[in-house]
Amino acid sequence: MTAIDPTAHLTAEQIEELGRELDAIRDEVIASRGEKDAAYIRKVISAQRKLELASRGVLLFSIFPPAWLLGTAGLSVAKIMDNMEIGHNVLHGQWDWMRDPKIHSTTWEWDHVSPAEQWKHSHNELHHTYTNVIGRDNDLGYGIMRVDEDQKWHPLHLGQPLWNLVNACFFEYGIAAYDLELGKNLHKRRRRNPEFRARAKAVGRKIRKQVLKDYVIHPLLSGPSFLTTLAATFTANVVRNIWSHSVIMCGHFPEGVQVFERQSVKGETRGQWYLRQMMGSANISGSRAMHFMTGNLSHQIEHHLFPDLPSNRYAEVAVKVRALFEKYELEYVTGPLPKQVLSAWRKVVRLSLPNKKPKVKTPARDKALVSA
Amino acid sequence: MTSAALRSRAWKLLEMVTTPLLPSDYLDLVSPLRAGADLRGRIEAVHPETADAATVVIRPGRGWRGHTAGQYVRIGVEVDGVRLWRAYSITSPTNRQDGRVTITVKAIPDGKVSNHLVHRATPGTLIRLDQPTGDFVLPPARPAKVLYLTAGSGITPVMGMLRGIEFDDVVMIHCAPQPQDVIFRNELHDLVADRKLRLTEVHTDTDGRLDIARLGELVPDWAERETWACGPAGLLDAAEEHWTEHGVRERLHTERFRPRIVVAGDGGEVTFSATGKTVDADGATPLLDIGEEAGVLMPSGCRMGICFGCVTPLKAGAVRDLRTGEITEAEPGVLIQTCVSAAAGPCDIER
Repeated sequence: MTAIDPTAHLTAEQIEELGRELDAIRDEVIASRGEKDAAYIRKVISAQRKLELASRGVLLFSIFPPAWLLGTAGLSVAKIMDNMEIGHNVLHGQWDWMRDPKIHSTTWEWDHVSPAEQWKHSHNELHHTYTNVIGRDNDLGYGIMRVDEDQKWHPLHLGQPLWNLVNACFFEYGIAAYDLELGKNLHKRRRRNPEFRARAKAVGRKIRKQVLKDYVIHPLLSGPSFLTTLAATFTANVVRNIWSHSVIMCGHFPEGVQVFERQSVKGETRGQWYLRQMMGSANISGSRAMHFMTGNLSHQIEHHLFPDLPSNRYAEVAVKVRALFEKYELEYVTGPLPKQVLSAWRKVVRLSLPNKKPKVKTPARDKALVSA
Repeated sequence: MTSAALRSRAWKLLEMVTTPLLPSDYLDLVSPLRAGADLRGRIEAVHPETADAATVVIRPGRGWRGHTAGQYVRIGVEVDGVRLWRAYSITSPTNRQDGRVTITVKAIPDGKVSNHLVHRATPGTLIRLDQPTGDFVLPPARPAKVLYLTAGSGITPVMGMLRGIEFDDVVMIHCAPQPQDVIFRNELHDLVADRKLRLTEVHTDTDGRLDIARLGELVPDWAERETWACGPAGLLDAAEEHWTEHGVRERLHTERFRPRIVVAGDGGEVTFSATGKTVDADGATPLLDIGEEAGVLMPSGCRMGICFGCVTPLKAGAVRDLRTGEITEAEPGVLIQTCVSAAAGPCDIER
């Protein structure tokens, strides 16, 4: 974290002008949304289903090592597509404009142990509205880690490199626990809350279905390949988990990304909200295939500015957004995946220890974001 | 165990295999028209009828239950990637050998779906279908004398009737601006040549509008005829008045296309139909706030149009997007973000 506010040079008027320019970029995409975009998401969904079906078909013979390799690789990719480019984005309402009830945020369900309904609340409402606001955005370390100097250190944080690794491998369960706000709700009195119990039940049902499918039914269908198919689906789930965990770590944890005080978002204007999204997110650079596999979350900055624009349009939006970063002299945090993952991990390790020096308060930044 | 119970067990097992998707999500990839699927149709051909009308040949899915002459079907078509639903009269006879059905569409100015179907629809496209419906149909007991009174695309349900059933004594009065605007003109003239139909064309560009009061000059025995009328509201209103005046209202059957007239004004009366509350709303306050103030349990989220936590069905009327000014009109399946939508005229929100 820098002690200097990187947005201090902007006047309130400039911040609102920036907001208007971003609104214009959004309007352009919405005005040109159409048949091509609809065809894109349908093609991706159809390809994902065929790939998953084919991979599971191959895994029926997973006792043969080449079949195991091919099937596991295919299933891993299919699960990543389901969660990233399809699930995450459909659940954001990016495709609601098509008015197709089969591809709609209110009806979609994904290959994930957290039910879509609960994930939408914690992700779309809390994380996207309060991005990187300490105490409001639980994505900042998921409530188990310290990812900014401004977060208070606790001896439990000593183990956070390990927690992070375990969380990466079983990320979907981490997300489910997180969506349930388990840390808070396991408190004796809250545990009995009927609303929490209903949500916990829903998660239990979803886990049962997912586990039954991946670890019982498909292995059973494989007959003599029971154990190898079990190993294959387990591997595919872990691959998907580590991949999505890595991509998501790159979105908000790398060095250079800003966090914000709870006070700073009070009475925030649209321009200030945009600015917070710009400073609180980081991109991943790479090929088209790379962007696709991250569900275009490699365009995390653009996604946070316009969470409901179709993901296939983020690449073109990124060019315009980056130009605005330059115009307003702001740092566009981006880098290749390995570099960003490493940067995020380094932070997780470094912040497992208490701050070296007494924490420097950053009045300049707070002021900039509270004023106006 | 009965075979139905067995099948339902097998289906349950299949659902466990495909969860979180449904088996039908995979079957739809290969066989979208199969029995048991959501009802769809495939456009097989589009034949121009006039400069601005075309007949669309549709192969319906296996679940299609068949229609009665004169009925219409609601179809869901993707226009610019957005699924829009409209109703069109079925013009094919009920006993068509190849099982296809046709609708005949006239492109209306600014009509998104009608222009798409007439000018841009391509064979092979899948569309959504509802089962055919409508009570603008012939009675089981055939009347001796029939009058069809139509104008413009109002001829379409009547064509379905003409093609389906023969009567001894059929008279038709059809209004269109010019001869070349008469849909199915050749086929109508063939029927006339075969003495199956007596036809009067009123070309309104040259003849002026049909004056219902002088109907007796064209069809002296009109009052004795069982009449089916379809066309613009003006014609139907006049007809209803005329038939009522002469005490034969029960002989007149009308079909209105009911153009949805949306008054996209500023604000209006908002009905929350699930809770039964009605309040006045201005054109600048989000419906979410309006609902909450009225004590309606509204789902909500970010309150700024990004999280889609507040989406709610719009049952009737129109709303304006406060960010873009865009108007959204009620249609089945239309959901709106209440946090960034304001009333644009009276509307009905399903909460």
